[in-house]
Amino acid sequence: MISHKDPIHILLADDDEDDRNFFSEAIAELKMSNRVTLFKDGKELMEYLNQPEIKTPHILFLDLNMPGKTGFDCLKEIRTNSKFKELSIAIYSTSSSEKDIEETFVGGANIYIKKPNDFSKLKKVIKDVVNINWQFHSSGLNKETFFFSI
Amino acid sequence: MKLYIKYDGIVACRVILQEQLEKHNVKYQLLDLGEIEIDGDIAEDNFAELQESLNHYGISILNNQKSQLIQRIKDAIVEMVYERDKLPTTTISHYLSEKLNFSYGYIANIFSEYTFTSIENFIIIQKIERAKKLIVEEELTLTEISYKLNYSSVAHLSSQFKKVTGLTPSMFKRIVDKRRLLVNQVE
Repeated sequence: MISHKDPIHILLADDDEDDRNFFSEAIAELKMSNRVTLFKDGKELMEYLNQPEIKTPHILFLDLNMPGKTGFDCLKEIRTNSKFKELSIAIYSTSSSEKDIEETFVGGANIYIKKPNDFSKLKKVIKDVVNINWQFHSSGLNKETFFFSI
Repeated sequence: MKLYIKYDGIVACRVILQEQLEKHNVKYQLLDLGEIEIDGDIAEDNFAELQESLNHYGISILNNQKSQLIQRIKDAIVEMVYERDKLPTTTISHYLSEKLNFSYGYIANIFSEYTFTSIENFIIIQKIERAKKLIVEEELTLTEISYKLNYSSVAHLSSQFKKVTGLTPSMFKRIVDKRRLLVNQVE
């Protein structure tokens, strides 16, 4: 049974408070019913994910540059745990170099977001990301070749 | 003897729903009139039983019928994109309404309401998924793939591929290859 009415569970890890606020505001404007959990660094995120019996969230927005445990460290840790193979990981970064994008995908990310600097663009990007992710999630598409760069 | 009663249909309905959902061990939350939020999924057997119990009170689960139709639309699209050697050249709207016996307007409306995307967009996603599969399999050239999937040219396929994934087909291929290499090294 497809449960179209299940709220989508979104995680967000970013050390910058303003960015966290912008993201959660943008997510709040989605049509899709959703639940958001925020983390201020990689350590907090991994502690949450490593709790036993946690229900795998649908999508994680992960900032690449965080002090301590970086986004890339988290990505590696999550991708070596088969428990999270259904979790889509959306990396966002200020870089748009093809090399960085490629490395991120090879490292196991599904989505690469070049962080827009204006709020209305950010809203559009998040909407597009959540939407395409939902299609993969609800239609049994192959997550292993799910890449989306925006 | 005749009794005169007054009743509140909405309250009665909520109580029936609460009793039946609890009886079937479903974790729920009653939302606005006509909507219930279910925690997680319900096993198929249990769902059928719940449906039957509710039907007894004149309550039917609408969402399930719609979900079923959505699934049929998706299945028809997937069949069209995957199982045929070549995509049909008749219009897709004609194909779907023939296949599902509903007007295309109805199908398209219900589809976008429940999937947050349009049928056209869903077909593009499915075609690109098939293209990905064919690229990874390495048996066909990009020109052959674009012919098979009804693109007018390789350029057309490549630009749609880029629109859906943000990547060019060759960058996509490179990432898949590198990932495989990495997985093999770990194992």
